[in-house]
Amino acid sequence: MSAILDFIGVGFIVALVKALVVFAALLLTTILVVWFERKVIADMQSRVGPSRWGPFGLLQTLADGIKLFFKEDFRPQGADKWAYALAPVLAMVPAILGFAVVPVGGVLGFGDTKVGLVGSDLNVGILYFLAMGSLNVYGIVLAGWASGSKYPLLGGIRSTAQLISYETSLGLSLVPIALVAGSLSTVQIVQAQAGTVGNVTFFDGIPILEQVSSLFKFIPNWFIWSQWPAFAIFFISGIAETNRAPFDLPEAESELVAGYHTEYSGIRFALFFLGEYVHVVLISAMAVTLFFGGWDGPIFPFLSWLWPLIWFTLKTIAFVYLFVWLRATMPRLRYDRLMWLGWKRLIPAALLWIMVTAVVNTAGIDRGVRLAVFGALFLLVLGFVIRGDPRQKTAVSPQRRVSSGTA
Amino acid sequence: MTLSAYLPILLLIIISTIFAVASIFVSSKLAPSRWTFAKRLPYECGIVPEQSDERERFPVKFYLVAMLFIIFDIETVFLYPWAVVYQELAVFGLIEMVVFIVILLAAYVYVWRRGGLEWAE
Repeated sequence: MSAILDFIGVGFIVALVKALVVFAALLLTTILVVWFERKVIADMQSRVGPSRWGPFGLLQTLADGIKLFFKEDFRPQGADKWAYALAPVLAMVPAILGFAVVPVGGVLGFGDTKVGLVGSDLNVGILYFLAMGSLNVYGIVLAGWASGSKYPLLGGIRSTAQLISYETSLGLSLVPIALVAGSLSTVQIVQAQAGTVGNVTFFDGIPILEQVSSLFKFIPNWFIWSQWPAFAIFFISGIAETNRAPFDLPEAESELVAGYHTEYSGIRFALFFLGEYVHVVLISAMAVTLFFGGWDGPIFPFLSWLWPLIWFTLKTIAFVYLFVWLRATMPRLRYDRLMWLGWKRLIPAALLWIMVTAVVNTAGIDRGVRLAVFGALFLLVLGFVIRGDPRQKTAVSPQRRVSSGTA
Repeated sequence: MTLSAYLPILLLIIISTIFAVASIFVSSKLAPSRWTFAKRLPYECGIVPEQSDERERFPVKFYLVAMLFIIFDIETVFLYPWAVVYQELAVFGLIEMVVFIVILLAAYVYVWRRGGLEWAE
């Protein structure tokens, strides 16, 4: 055994185990998340939901997956052979790859070997995450284009425009995090959020704010408190990136049948499905990692290595629940409203928020100036986002436009 | 930080690609394959599809979005290294960045004013 270890090296074994664990955990998670979504939505609509296979219908997704293996997988006559075959693989693989930089816990020791509970702690972790998110677009473009059919093409083009629009605000929303943490490594970002907010001195000496902030010294020092506008932009863009309701225009059933994967059936459809749900879990896990302290949480003496994993899982489940809740609640956006939100609200708000964060975190500037800039720009961003679209007043009442002769 | 940090990612690429290709292959052996003429037609809600090249043209709006995306995405890429070393750059970094963002915001306002971001109407 040790001879084999010497031959290929401990590092390789560790890397292989990590890759296998990440992959297996994601497959299992997808099975559970699909079940979770169906069960929660059923509950919100006063139905029972999946209940036949396994306890509480837990094995329903597995049964569906096995069924899809035995379904005919055919290609329409107008399809481009290779692009059509490549698209589902390209939709699934980047979503899984994104998970490589999500840290689920601290460092474990096996004898002399120390293993960090993260696929790979890259020093460009956030950029890697964004890059894998962008690669997802290719799967959708190719699927829409290669099918040689009208609905997939329309869905694919819509989806591309949506994904690249919201990718911009997604990227901009994470710049303040890199600025505050001084690093792009996800592990270091989680470590920067350890402890409580007790060491925050920003409001010291200001009569009321100081007393108020001293009341909250027990709260964990997560980035969500100072960076919640960035979080709001990140999460809205994240929902749009995963093509989930209320941003599910690419697969709007009532208009486009199923959007870019209309012509896909059998196991190829299952791969698209897998990619989408892994992406949902990925965005949830990244929201936890970057804004909610990752694995940070109280650690109790027994099984002390397990607690970080438990906290991370619980926080991620909360975000997956939020995704499902939004799907059950929100109606789909109209396409021009979607573009309006992305280009005219999220992008300028993200740019302004980067400036606010930069000014507040500059050591060389007088604190009074920083506080004033913080307050003024904060109100500006808030007002800008809340104001809404001035055109909406005319858009919702077509009758008035007809009577005034402008329609 | 060496290249070995990328080893788990490389292995993950291999594993997930093998999984995807293998499941398509296994399914092609297990699943039935009965081809009919109607089944091979592109899906258009049951009517006989119009014979035309489906990949011909789509609104020029989408090209515009793609071009704007490239501008803002490159801007984002420039902002990341700046953000990481911001604590060391201090006031100098702040002024540099404000100049950079203001130039871009000017272009952004121009595009907005010219109607480049309008979708309806």
